[in-house]
Amino acid sequence: MTWNIFLPYLLVMAGVTYLVRMLPMTLFRKPIRSRFVKSFLHYVPFAVLTAMTIPDILFSTGYTPGGDVKSLVCAVVGLLFAIFMAWRKKGLLTVAVTACLAVLAAQGVCLLF
Amino acid sequence: MGSAFKKGLRDGIPIALGYLSVSFAFGIQAVACGLTPLQALLISMTNLTSAGQLAGITLISQMRPLMEMALTQLTINLRYALMSLALGQKFDDSMTTLHRAGVAFGNTDEIFAVAASQTGKIGHSYMYGLMVMPYIGWSGGTILGAVAGTLLPVFIRTALGIAIYGMFLAIIIPPMREKKAERTVIFAAAALSIAFRVLPGIRNLSSGYVIILCAVASAALGAWLFPVKEEEEES
Repeated sequence: MTWNIFLPYLLVMAGVTYLVRMLPMTLFRKPIRSRFVKSFLHYVPFAVLTAMTIPDILFSTGYTPGGDVKSLVCAVVGLLFAIFMAWRKKGLLTVAVTACLAVLAAQGVCLLF
Repeated sequence: MGSAFKKGLRDGIPIALGYLSVSFAFGIQAVACGLTPLQALLISMTNLTSAGQLAGITLISQMRPLMEMALTQLTINLRYALMSLALGQKFDDSMTTLHRAGVAFGNTDEIFAVAASQTGKIGHSYMYGLMVMPYIGWSGGTILGAVAGTLLPVFIRTALGIAIYGMFLAIIIPPMREKKAERTVIFAAAALSIAFRVLPGIRNLSSGYVIILCAVASAALGAWLFPVKEEEEES
């Protein structure tokens, strides 16, 4: 990626991300009153992370529609193990590593077929 | 070095270990998206956020307009606005406006979670201490993944691709167990996100806008059906 294309993207990404964090912390020191706005903001993290994970996780191991189904199977195995560990309230690192190991194991099993 | 700063350093170690593995995967993905290792590192050093960076490199690789990048970052990172508001209430008098502007940079989901769970007021020394290790972990993991990632065998890289999504699931799944509201929001977002992938007509919409639309629609649905009670504000 050439720098004259990359740098504007970097500035926009870093600038927006920082302002979103900085402005509320420095400007608004009084609590928000609107219950709807408070509720909306409360649900945003869950909504964002879900929309980013589903269905993208299925393509995280290299599967493309019409491609090798084994890649998809590996991703599904990783997803199921991640859900299982997350359901048992394991930490971020544990869940992420378990998902990776599950994909690794699934790839090994796929080699047998 | 003050004791508050040292306590912050120590509290940041588990976060840093978690970040190391996830940012390693991010570094690999950034290079796969056509970025150089230095560019990947710069993104991590200036953004310090997983979800926003992941969406960002996808948009960069597709050369999407800067306005779409800005809107995507705004939506994905909107949660930080709430966290900054909430955390801003916990600061003691040592927290001048300049310090607030400084610690705001490091207000990630995990740093927020640790800082917000402290008893009593917190000062800038603790916050800066808390930011150090995760920042090193996030930047270090990124450059390692970007540089050494290509040296790893393909099957290892394939397995690491799922790491960041595993971390996301670790955040969204536990509240689904007990809370109907969060469950509803998450199912709505998942259903919408799948719909945007499969339905003809809207299928070709860019990923940045899909995240914005899914997040705004399902969070608004949640706010409309299940307004949060006062005591849940901090959670």
